[in-house]
Amino acid sequence: MATSSVESSPVDQLPDERGHFGRYGGLFVPETLMHPLAELREAYLRYCQDPDFLRELDVDLRDYVGRPSPLYYAERLSREVGGAQIYLKREDLNHTGAHKVNNTVGQALLARRMGKTRIIAETGAGQHGVATATVAARLGLECVVYMGEVDMARQQANVYRMRLLGATVVPVTSGSKTLKDALNEAMRDWVTRIDDTFYIIGTVAGPHPYPLMVRNFQSVIGREAREQMLNRTGQLPNALVACVGGGSNAIGLFHPFLTDETVAMYGVEAGGLGIDTGHHAAPLTAGVPGVLHGNRTYLMQDAAGQIQETHSISAGLDYPGVGPEHAWLKDTGRVIYTTVTDDEALAAFHQLTRVEGIIPALESSHAVAYATQLAATLPRDQLILVNLSGRGDKDMHTVAQHDGLVL
Amino acid sequence: MSRIATIFNQCRANNRTALIPFITAGDPNLIVSLQLMHRLVEAGADIIELGVPFSDPMADGPVIQRATERALAQGVRLIDVLALVKQFRAENQHTPVVLMGYLNPIECFGYAAFADAANQHGVDGVLIVDAPPEESHELVTTLRANNIDLVYLLAPTSDIARMEQINAVASGFVYYVSIKGVTGAAHLDVNEVAAQLAVIRQQIQLPLGVGFGIKDAATAAAVGQYADAVIVGSAIVSRIETLANDHAAMVNEVGAFVGELRGALG
Repeated sequence: MATSSVESSPVDQLPDERGHFGRYGGLFVPETLMHPLAELREAYLRYCQDPDFLRELDVDLRDYVGRPSPLYYAERLSREVGGAQIYLKREDLNHTGAHKVNNTVGQALLARRMGKTRIIAETGAGQHGVATATVAARLGLECVVYMGEVDMARQQANVYRMRLLGATVVPVTSGSKTLKDALNEAMRDWVTRIDDTFYIIGTVAGPHPYPLMVRNFQSVIGREAREQMLNRTGQLPNALVACVGGGSNAIGLFHPFLTDETVAMYGVEAGGLGIDTGHHAAPLTAGVPGVLHGNRTYLMQDAAGQIQETHSISAGLDYPGVGPEHAWLKDTGRVIYTTVTDDEALAAFHQLTRVEGIIPALESSHAVAYATQLAATLPRDQLILVNLSGRGDKDMHTVAQHDGLVL
Repeated sequence: MSRIATIFNQCRANNRTALIPFITAGDPNLIVSLQLMHRLVEAGADIIELGVPFSDPMADGPVIQRATERALAQGVRLIDVLALVKQFRAENQHTPVVLMGYLNPIECFGYAAFADAANQHGVDGVLIVDAPPEESHELVTTLRANNIDLVYLLAPTSDIARMEQINAVASGFVYYVSIKGVTGAAHLDVNEVAAQLAVIRQQIQLPLGVGFGIKDAATAAAVGQYADAVIVGSAIVSRIETLANDHAAMVNEVGAFVGELRGALG
């Protein structure tokens, strides 16, 4: 079934009406959630064409998030690497410091239109939790964020930020006590409080319509970047590079370019300590398809179908699944998925900080690392566009610790 | 006729509400699980629901989550659960066994291989929490070809159209989730359940089981007035957890509790 749909569906017309990207995606949820998901799908499909809603969203993206985010030519980095010219889409300059807010602003406006008064979210590193707590504060909505106990210990500053913003942060103590378990717990909350609660999922995973809706909210990244590149350089980039955890920043950049056949695309997964060590978070590179969190996609799982724990120095990439559209784009060959190790990401973190005065998030450092490797193999007249999805302030402790320092 | 259909026919003939206790396979271990299964039958279970451990049980409350973690800590896999059913079948050929779990271990096993193995090992039905009719066409077809029922869920949020949709594909029985919530959550509202079951019966001809939120004999008896079967999970699993260090006492306590439920159902 995969093969026939691969050949017949244009890349920019998916998912189908039930949320499938070829054999991936779908609606694998308990019966109780089928109705609220149908309600959400109807509301989203209505409002995403509603001029009032879109105007409200545009104003928020401009005045609250600070869009459009700049396109920056990393001249010194390009020179140091020697090869293709590297451009950065500066999502790190958004309010709350990452691309996550593009989506939470959109979903929160939708929640309000749907009359929901309570927002829930899952978070790993805390960036999506902070972006959710931020918009909930602004709209005066109650906010509960589920976060694995292990992640709470690793990201205390973000826990404090969420609490300052008025959110309740609930520690999740089941399973591996990380992002995947936080997602399970948020689903359990939602199934219990579906009448008044809106679940803001932070990435392009989960049941339909989340992969579609989050992609569309994040596609503002690629739409802006495409126009900015054309205005600045008179041409499209030769290659796009973005890191992939769940995959929302990557799909946001890639999607508006999917039909531009000359544009190559690279999604960079967390190689952790190295793919052959098994300690990584690279389901597209080293996983197999399965069903988790409401959709079919590539997963890190053992031979009996149990989901495996992942490792990445970057908490935001530390997830055993990936958005179903990425699974589809991998199988079709439209996007090349590759990996970068913890050490390579750290080296890129230091390099960008030192050469350009931009401290990237460890997630985004994976994209920077691959972009520098790729640039070195290409001629000088080629252009590489990197999604700098977040800033590195949240990672000071992790980097310092890695360098043997205690802050 | 399948074992499940036979049991419901007998229950109907005897004006008896079927009792379906749930335990997680491999909690506290596979040997005791087998003892528990036999004891459940002695105490009055009509069908046994056997939980297949999965690392991410998103529809389960804390009690069954912990049971799952205890089973996974022993390395219990789907194939071990099938072997457990086969052992049970060596001594019991009449009590239906329904596996309850999540889709991924079955995807990983392969639908055809699983359906064949389940049939060979004496499984009668499968209930998959995260496989609604929209996503289970291939699975239900494969299972049916191997004489295995796929038991579908209905919830308080299911509308008439969904009831019709599920009626078109379900076999064995239909499982009504009595509350908006996870397993073992709040107490259910019997009047609400009764009203909902009346609506569902307009659309569904199969026997109706009710689960989620049945904690004691009184609730079981109240729901049993309206349902064809009552399903009790967390209340049993929490007794298994409490007596984790004394397996003989655990088996006795579970037997006594299920006997109490049976007595209340009449």
